[in-house]
Amino acid sequence: MRKFKKAFNSNIEVSRLLVIMAFWLIFMAVMQGGKFYSGKNFLTMAGQFPEYGLMVLGGMLPMITGGIDLSLVGTANFTSILCVFLAVRMFGADGTMPFGFIVVFFLIAAIVGVCVGSLNALLVSRLSVPPILATLGVNELLLGLNIVMTGGAAISDFPKEFCDFFSQNIGGFLPRKVIIFILIAFLVWFLLEKTTYGTKIRLYGTNAHVAEFSGINTTRLLFKTYILSSVCAALGGLMMLATYSSARADYGSNYTMQAILLMVLGGVSPNGGKGKVSGVITAIILLKFIESGINRFKSVSTYYVTLIWGAVLILALVMDYFGEKPRKVRVKKQG
Amino acid sequence: MGANDEMLLLKAEHIKISFGNVHALKDVSLSIRPGEIHCLAGENGCGKSTLIKIISGVYQRDGGTIEFNGKKLDKITPIDAINMGIQVIYQDFSLFPNLTVAENLALNTEVASGKRWVSWKNVRKIAEDAVSKIHLNIDLEAKVGTLSVAQKQMVAISRALMFNAKLIIMDEPTTALTKKEVDALFKIILNLKAQGIAILFISHKLNEVFEISERFTILRNGEMVATGNTKDLDDSKFTYYMTGREFENKKFLPAKVSEKPIFELDDLTSPGSFEHVNIKLHGGEILGITGLLDSGRTELALAMFGMLPASSGKIIRNGKVVEIKNARDAIANKIGYVPEDRLSEGLFLQRSIADNIIISEIDHLTSKGIYDRKKRDREVGNWVHEMEVKTDNPENPVTTLSGGNQQKVVLAKWLATKPEVLILNGPTVGVDIGSKHDIHVILQKLAEDGMGVIIISDDLPEIVQNCSRVDVIKEGRIVGEFSGEGLNEAAILSAMM
Repeated sequence: MRKFKKAFNSNIEVSRLLVIMAFWLIFMAVMQGGKFYSGKNFLTMAGQFPEYGLMVLGGMLPMITGGIDLSLVGTANFTSILCVFLAVRMFGADGTMPFGFIVVFFLIAAIVGVCVGSLNALLVSRLSVPPILATLGVNELLLGLNIVMTGGAAISDFPKEFCDFFSQNIGGFLPRKVIIFILIAFLVWFLLEKTTYGTKIRLYGTNAHVAEFSGINTTRLLFKTYILSSVCAALGGLMMLATYSSARADYGSNYTMQAILLMVLGGVSPNGGKGKVSGVITAIILLKFIESGINRFKSVSTYYVTLIWGAVLILALVMDYFGEKPRKVRVKKQG
Repeated sequence: MGANDEMLLLKAEHIKISFGNVHALKDVSLSIRPGEIHCLAGENGCGKSTLIKIISGVYQRDGGTIEFNGKKLDKITPIDAINMGIQVIYQDFSLFPNLTVAENLALNTEVASGKRWVSWKNVRKIAEDAVSKIHLNIDLEAKVGTLSVAQKQMVAISRALMFNAKLIIMDEPTTALTKKEVDALFKIILNLKAQGIAILFISHKLNEVFEISERFTILRNGEMVATGNTKDLDDSKFTYYMTGREFENKKFLPAKVSEKPIFELDDLTSPGSFEHVNIKLHGGEILGITGLLDSGRTELALAMFGMLPASSGKIIRNGKVVEIKNARDAIANKIGYVPEDRLSEGLFLQRSIADNIIISEIDHLTSKGIYDRKKRDREVGNWVHEMEVKTDNPENPVTTLSGGNQQKVVLAKWLATKPEVLILNGPTVGVDIGSKHDIHVILQKLAEDGMGVIIISDDLPEIVQNCSRVDVIKEGRIVGEFSGEGLNEAAILSAMM
């Protein structure tokens, strides 16, 4: 029991989410056992989360530095539109794209990520624009570009090889999108836990001024962080392209709020300095379970999903409050 | 105490109080005569603040007796204390920063009068009366938030005087003041004494205790260790009472000084801050730089470390001109800097002691690009041991340490980068006497081992004891250099002013 308690407390953010998840899974088993616990349902869920999951993995990094990246969705759509345009230009609207060209899509995602991330980092580090405004501005800029390029309409006539490939499952149970998600999750985990980058951004997020005094190359740190964030968002854009089989200026417009919700729920501190990959992955899975579970109830409209997310976030914060409280030393009576 | 009991304004005897299992005060007695300046001294956490909170009615004692003005008091509430004439001026002054001076001064009276409407004429009159008592010249319509620390303190003193105070307790009033402001404060304290008001002055600064007080009481770990007339006290006794340890304050004498300077400033200028500064530092010596608060000493320190690069002039390391544009350049040139304010510049307060120690050398703690935790833990262990940081787990937040131990962590962080030149700006500000002594020993040892050390400080005893050479900076220029026989406090002080 004591061992269990220790394990629980050593990663309190994750443990807390797992408790909620357990309750939810039991609840679903009782209420909608057959419909929820089906291979098909799990497969659907696994196919849906990587697109915004990638944005969460990337976006958590700026949040650990005490900033935020609001340009995730703009970057994602910008990437998918560029890819579609290129494919149409090269192979025609109903032509076939050679399989190897998929690599070019990833290349585009990487280039878009580096460019957008650098722009964000430039504004934040060199011009000292608050991250929330810098990235909001960049997002609007990208949204504008997207609308101008597409005229606001969805483009669905283009070679579909990429979409077909990434909407398939390996062995009938593992969506290829999940593989991308796992790879990126591993990369971000590796950077945060196994390299000095993790310590540096957490310390930077605690106090940027002291970081400067300590000789940390803060400009390079911010560039690395915002570029990683944008590259992840661009990859998310590719996954969205595969899901919708089309590109549009404003797909996934609710993903920004959703991604931020997942970061905070996963234990990334909005004040900076704190955050783990294990936390946000648990949060992503939990929210997917809840969302999918609610959809099983015919009587509950999907419009309620947002409302329930809000409730979950508040519940997590309340548990955080009560979980932290006894550990605080009483300061009232100190001489 | 020898004094006739009837003469005492405050007589507190055998005061006890505990919070949970902590006996904050074990058996403390304090007596104050009318119109005397009494100094209450002791290190952080010795129970000074607790004692004044008991006297002013904030805490209720568990045992002991208190008499004020000849009256025995069983239970004191804060209102009782005020009505009897006990006023406390806390370090934060308890003023409203968003209100004007006049409003702050008149607020209590106006509220107490129970009137529904504010008479601004009345407010102004009350305020004028209040400031006239200490001949304070201040704009009554200024918002308190815009005043300097010293001015706020004067406002707080004026407010205290409005209540027919017989005893004014000042909790470390000089902490944030410049030397000039301290002098002005002392003048006011003497003026109050002349009006028959007793002052209980809380401080842990030796020179202040000697300068202002007639009698003293020293606490240590919740016990009274000494009380008496200040004229019977001397440096070593004071330190011993405060810490329970005897220190041998060793005057630093450089053992072997390198032939050539290892660090030079050549005509370094930063308009508005400092101009034409020339400094030569040899390995093995400790150079002091001292000056008043706004003399440019801090800007000079920041320029040497690249945080505030100078606009012209050269920085020379081992005979070569180097560019130092930021902290990284400085570290690459083996220059370390212990900043002035450890809370906002030196430490990541919420982070672990370990992370704070290794952050500046973190890029050397990798193997094949991967962060080597074992290497890190070894390094942390070494430094905690080396600097005698008092902690049972270096993964605890650095806030769990006392000021002195926090400063040792900052020092460890810089020594871990293996500097050849170490610049320290106010190395022992807010550090207890014991740790201060430890830090001095470390610095002298570093210099003996060949490091070039620069101490920037306005703590003259510290400078005189530890430096082999001292440059005085005044209004941005080096106005004097002292070494050998000529290196004494009086000479430095006259150059500073």
